[in-house]
Amino acid sequence: MANDPIHQFHINTIVPIEIGGIDFSFTNASLFMVATVAIAAGFLYFSTSQRSLIPGRAQSVAEMSYEFVANMLREGAGSHGMKFFPLVFSLFMFILTANLIGMFPYFFTVTSQIIVTFALSILVVGLVVVYGFAKHGLRFLKLFVPSGVPGALLPLVVLIEVISFIARPISLSVRLFANMLAGHITLKVFAGFVTSLGALGALGIGTAILPLIMTVALTGLEFLVAFLQAYVFAVLTCMYLNDALHPDGH
Amino acid sequence: MFVTSAYAQTAPAASETPAAPAGEVHTETGVAHGGEHESAGFPPFDSSHFASQLLWLAITFGLFYLVIQKVIMPRVGGIIEDRKGRIAGDLEEAGRLKAEADAAVETYEKELAQARSKANGIADAARNDAKAKAAADRTAIEAELAAKLAAAETRIGEIKSKAFAEVGAIAEETATAIVDQLIGGKATGDDIKAAVAAAKTGA
Repeated sequence: MANDPIHQFHINTIVPIEIGGIDFSFTNASLFMVATVAIAAGFLYFSTSQRSLIPGRAQSVAEMSYEFVANMLREGAGSHGMKFFPLVFSLFMFILTANLIGMFPYFFTVTSQIIVTFALSILVVGLVVVYGFAKHGLRFLKLFVPSGVPGALLPLVVLIEVISFIARPISLSVRLFANMLAGHITLKVFAGFVTSLGALGALGIGTAILPLIMTVALTGLEFLVAFLQAYVFAVLTCMYLNDALHPDGH
Repeated sequence: MFVTSAYAQTAPAASETPAAPAGEVHTETGVAHGGEHESAGFPPFDSSHFASQLLWLAITFGLFYLVIQKVIMPRVGGIIEDRKGRIAGDLEEAGRLKAEADAAVETYEKELAQARSKANGIADAARNDAKAKAAADRTAIEAELAAKLAAAETRIGEIKSKAFAEVGAIAEETATAIVDQLIGGKATGDDIKAAVAAAKTGA
């Protein structure tokens, strides 16, 4: 059971809650969502509580992440996009913290659940659609009609644009989910090799070094992926918000 | 997406029937329950926990969003703005001080130039004064000399004319004596005078 690479993704109920026949139990996933928010918010809150003019290490990290996301949003969606800064910063910090917490052994990875990443993607794409129509009305549909396309090709291009727009929440959520899931399964499988080979005796211990090296290397890679996927999610959010802000300007 | 729905369909079909009656067992024997889910399918696609995950995600992420928007953003933004303002202020102050230093250098150079031109002026004035005085002295001396010369000339003229006048009388006497000696007869005074005057003008 300990070697089962899927076991880490199981959801176990901690406090059963049922409302109207639907299971809203507080589970280990809920616990780690709370932990993610507590750690991310706590870090940002306490690291900046000094408000130093010359920042310490923790305050530097908080400021860097703030400016990193601010620059990303400004470049991706222009200065009008800054009204979405709290959302993009929250998404980035939430996903990054959840991914990094998942790197601890025995900890649950919130972002390895498709429903969580899908909910976050739907939040982004839903916001793009609602804001796009609220701001531009029917002109928002120009998003699907690129300028300078010959008339004969237009229906085909529009069809492709519509399909790619519909695919956005799926690609956005599956990218994050699959990366976290695959990374954690791979880590678990290689780590499992170490123990099962080690149990075979002297020869086994000798060969177990190879998957051990692999596990160490993969751990490093997974830290990179944890950051990279949070970054990719935030960058794509900025790009999609840019569509809502400037549907005819791309 | 097809994979998701396929799992989503099989997962509840296989798990809901044993999971619903085993609701009480759920909490005590999480391991046994986990075993059931393994057979039911891949846990991330198990839709029986979707509602709970969505609710807790909405609660936690919503709270996180509010904390970021109401507390973190104004604070971190404020810190960065303060620093930017401070740096801009310091740069401005440095610029002001530099301008002041430049102005001081400029006034110093202006005063130096003024002093220099003033010194030149004084030197020029002194030189001009000396020149003017020298010229005045020279003209005074020249005038004096000219006056003396003129006085000497008038005196010479007087002596000359006096001498001329005396020459006439001497010539008349001499002529009378010569005439006496030569001719023996007396020449009248008027004839001699006329002859002397004629000789004078002829000479």
